[in-house]
Order: sequence, then structure tokens, then C-alpha cells
Amino acid sequence: MKVLVPVKRVIDYNVKARVKADQTGVDLANVKMSMNPFDEIAVEEAVRLKEGKEHHAAGTAAEIVVVSIGVTQAQETIRTALAMGADRGILIQSDADLEPLAIAKLLKAVVEEEKPDLVLMGKQSIDGDNNAVGQMLAALLDWPQATFASKVVIGDGKATVTREVDGGLQTLAATLPAVVTVDLRLNTPRYASLPNIMKAKKKEIAVKAVADYGVDVADRLKVLKVTAPATRSAGIKVADAAELVSKLKTAGAL
Amino acid sequence: MAVLVIADHDGSTVRDTTNKTVTAATAIGGDVDILVVGQGAKAAADAAAKIAGVRKVLLAESAGLGHTLAEAVEATVIALAPGYDAILSPATMDGKNFMPRIAAKLDVAPISDIVEVVSADTFVRPIYAGNALETVQSSDAKKIITVRPTGFAAAAEGGSASVETVAGSEAPKTTFVGEELVKSDRPELGAAKIIVSGGRALGSSEEFHAVMEPLADKLGAAIGASRAAVDAGYAPNDYQVGQTGKVVAPGLYIAIGISGAIQHLAGMKDSKIIVAINKDPDAPIFQVADYGIVGDYKTVVPELMAALG
Repeated sequence: MKVLVPVKRVIDYNVKARVKADQTGVDLANVKMSMNPFDEIAVEEAVRLKEGKEHHAAGTAAEIVVVSIGVTQAQETIRTALAMGADRGILIQSDADLEPLAIAKLLKAVVEEEKPDLVLMGKQSIDGDNNAVGQMLAALLDWPQATFASKVVIGDGKATVTREVDGGLQTLAATLPAVVTVDLRLNTPRYASLPNIMKAKKKEIAVKAVADYGVDVADRLKVLKVTAPATRSAGIKVADAAELVSKLKTAGAL
Repeated sequence: MAVLVIADHDGSTVRDTTNKTVTAATAIGGDVDILVVGQGAKAAADAAAKIAGVRKVLLAESAGLGHTLAEAVEATVIALAPGYDAILSPATMDGKNFMPRIAAKLDVAPISDIVEVVSADTFVRPIYAGNALETVQSSDAKKIITVRPTGFAAAAEGGSASVETVAGSEAPKTTFVGEELVKSDRPELGAAKIIVSGGRALGSSEEFHAVMEPLADKLGAAIGASRAAVDAGYAPNDYQVGQTGKVVAPGLYIAIGISGAIQHLAGMKDSKIIVAINKDPDAPIFQVADYGIVGDYKTVVPELMAALG
């Protein structure tokens, strides 16, 4: 089975995003960038499918292809995935910040070329927070989707996926090929070892241009402005629990 | 102009996330219809018909819709889409699951998690876990939108719309295997009016449960946790509040032994009132707290229990 894992280079989750003074976006200059945390979980699961870790049979995944759409430096993100155990990478170079619909269309073109049996990807990126690309890719391909996975079992031509839903868990069996988007509880991603980081340097990354795929990537949404949310100011310290309860009652919170 | 709202319901009643989405739909303008998808969900459709300002309720039923399978919802809504200028759903896990799929089929850019309707084509939505708000204008003829319920007031009851049955689709490539819904008397994190949240200071799983559960039960609150507490194994992962966990905005958020890392603040800073209990007076959590108590939770929480009576 071939697994395709799309990954995105985003602001590191420990860095506080700051809005630019001219309200055109978030300031990413000199900010630490990392692989989107949900994508890291997707890469980890793909590698476990290959290694036969946990409940996966060894060799469930034969090949793991990682694809990223973004700036040249997204190659570093792909290298991280290769160091974790993915086999090869594809970078579709774009200096423009493409919308989820455009990303889904590009990924559809990659899927048609690579013909994976499974697309495993993060449920959302922590910058745009759209939570849309996986579902859109599945729709464009007419594939079934299983989103927000906390457990994935591959067998009998199906992905049996336990999903995080409001109020609990739902388990679905999706006929392969399918798109599975992953949630936090699925696994804890590994740190790549130094020998594997060295090995990853020799793995292939094919660099492509958006134009190579001939899809319409025009923006549909115009960002009018990006502003900082209303800031909270520190309130007051209260002496003890009794005073707290009386303040909360006065404020109507209890 | 007409707007379709896909209801969030439990088969017999509609959740107030639906009423809040109706408010967003009304702000967009035009006639507002509600679609109830499910199986054996007539009672929910009748309940939706009582929301004020609704023109009519459409009820679509099938086995696949009974489990809210994305492909079934998508095909059902696509058949209805020509009659609407905008289609809205609350940004529940279900809504987040099927709405982008519908958008892609219509070749529309979905607009996720809006917190404000500026005009019929312009919306405000949080990005970077709420550390920034973007105002976007859509050039698509049809708008596909998920609505963050905490951003809108609930539409009142008092309507008497008609209920019509429409065709419900199936999801041929997906089978429902089972579900495991948490049977807890406590409210869900996303819907709770009060949340008590514990951090790494609690020191162990036993202590976390022993301290947090009685307090939550006394307040009728949901229980949350910081990522540090979850990573340390003190609390289950679905308790996690933060950028990579759940983003919540209850009326009252009580943080106990939580230092206030950026990634945690991103998940709760929109709460109406924040209370922090921490023995470190310099903990960053105090910078966002309306009320702070500097002290050991071991003494403060029992005192709080006593003060609540």
C-alpha cells in the first residue's frame, strides 16, 4: 500500500502569533517555523503502518510519499518527515499563501499522479485553522473520508477509523482509497534520530511548480484585514475563596 | 436570497448551536430554512420549526444520515444547494466534517468558524488559534460557512414553520461500525457554561480526579486540562484545552495549578470570566485572569468548595 502524507510548514506551536501593524497578516519574519503538529502525527502513523508498530501488520504501508506546497524552505519540513521514516518527498513551490480549495486541487493532481491507496493528513493547520483540505480533497476525488482519527486500522481493503466526535467516539469503515485526517490522540510523534536525519539527506525531493499541475489556484477570498483580538488585562487578586465566590456572584458568573 | 442552516440535533431536540447559527443566517439576510438530517429525526425537525424567523424546515432521512456520514450529508445538501445563496452549519465536529466536502463539490472556498457577519459576503474568523482575527470577503456566488456558536446569541423560540420531507442520500463507500458516547452527567467542554481546568501542579492522575471532579460536580462544570497535565498523564487527552486541543469560551473558566503557557491561553482566553488559582504569583495565567488567588490549590480548592456551600 502506498500512503501519501501532505505536510505544511507553519509557525511553531509554541510561538505567539503577532499581527502586523499594517493589518495585512501575521508577522512571520524571524519566527521559528515547524511542521504543523497534526501533520507530524500523520507522518508518524504512516511510518508505523510501514514498520508494523502497535496494531499494524508489518509492511501495511510499502511506500510513504510526503508532499508539501509552499515556499522553498518547506523542503526542511519535508526533510523532517523523511527523517521520521518517509521515503521520498515532493515540494510544489509557491510563494503565494494558497487557499484550502487550491491546495485540495493541487493534491488531487498529485494523487492522480502518485495513485496512493491512502492519504493521511493533519485535520487542520494551526495557522489558517480552516480544517478543510482533507475533506475537500476527498470530495474532489469522490473518495470516502474519515476525519479526526484517534485510531486507524487498515485491512480488507478498508480503513477502519475511530473518530473524535462531539460527545465521544465514532468508528467508521471507509473503502480504500480514502482520505483520513488525524487528531491529537492518534499517536505521539517520534523525534528523528541523528542517523536517520543523516539518511534523510540522501532521500529524494522532487521540486515542482504550481503551473506544472495546470489547476486553477485563484483566491476566492479577499483578506480585508487581520487584527489582534481584544486584549485582556489582568484583573484583581482576591484574598481567599470566600471573597472570590462573592465577586463571582456579583459578576453574575455563579 | 435564501439561506439554509443545517441543524445540530440529537434526534428529538435541536441544540442551541442551531439557534445561534440561525442568528448568523439572519444577519446574512433573506429567508432562512433549516435542514435536519438524520434518521427518525421528525421530532428534531418539529423542534427546529419552533425557532423564530424560520421560513420552513426540511427533513432528510436515511441510514447514512442517521450517523451523519459526510458523503451522505454532502449528497443530500448538494441536491438542495441550487435554491440557496448561503449554506451554514454550526462548527461542531459534524459540521467541520461535512461542510468543506460540500464546498469542494460546489467549487466554493469554505469559510470556517466565523464569529461575526460583517455583510452578506464578508465575515470575521479567528486564525492562529484566536491570536488573530481575519476579515474575509468571499467572491463565490454561494457561501459555505461554519459558525462558531460562541460568537452569536441564540435565536429565540416562538416560530411555527412548516416541515417538509426531502430526499436523504446514503454514503455507499462508508460503513458505520459503532460509537462510544461518553455517558457523563457533566456538560461537554465545548458547550459548558463553566469549566474547571487543572494543570501539572496537581501532580498525579489520582490527585487530578480527586480535586477536579468534586469541584466540577458542585459547579455543574465541565473538566478541562492543560497540555502539560495531559502530557504528564494526569488527565485524558480529550480534556485538553489549548491551541492543539479544544478552544473554549465558557462564561466562567477556573484554572487550577495552570501556569498559562501560550498554547493554553490560545484555547481559553475568550472565556467571559477567568479565575486563576496558582501558588506562583508570577505565573502568566494571572495576566489574563479577572480574579486571581495566589495560593496552593490544596488549601484554596477545599475553601472554595466550602464557600460555594
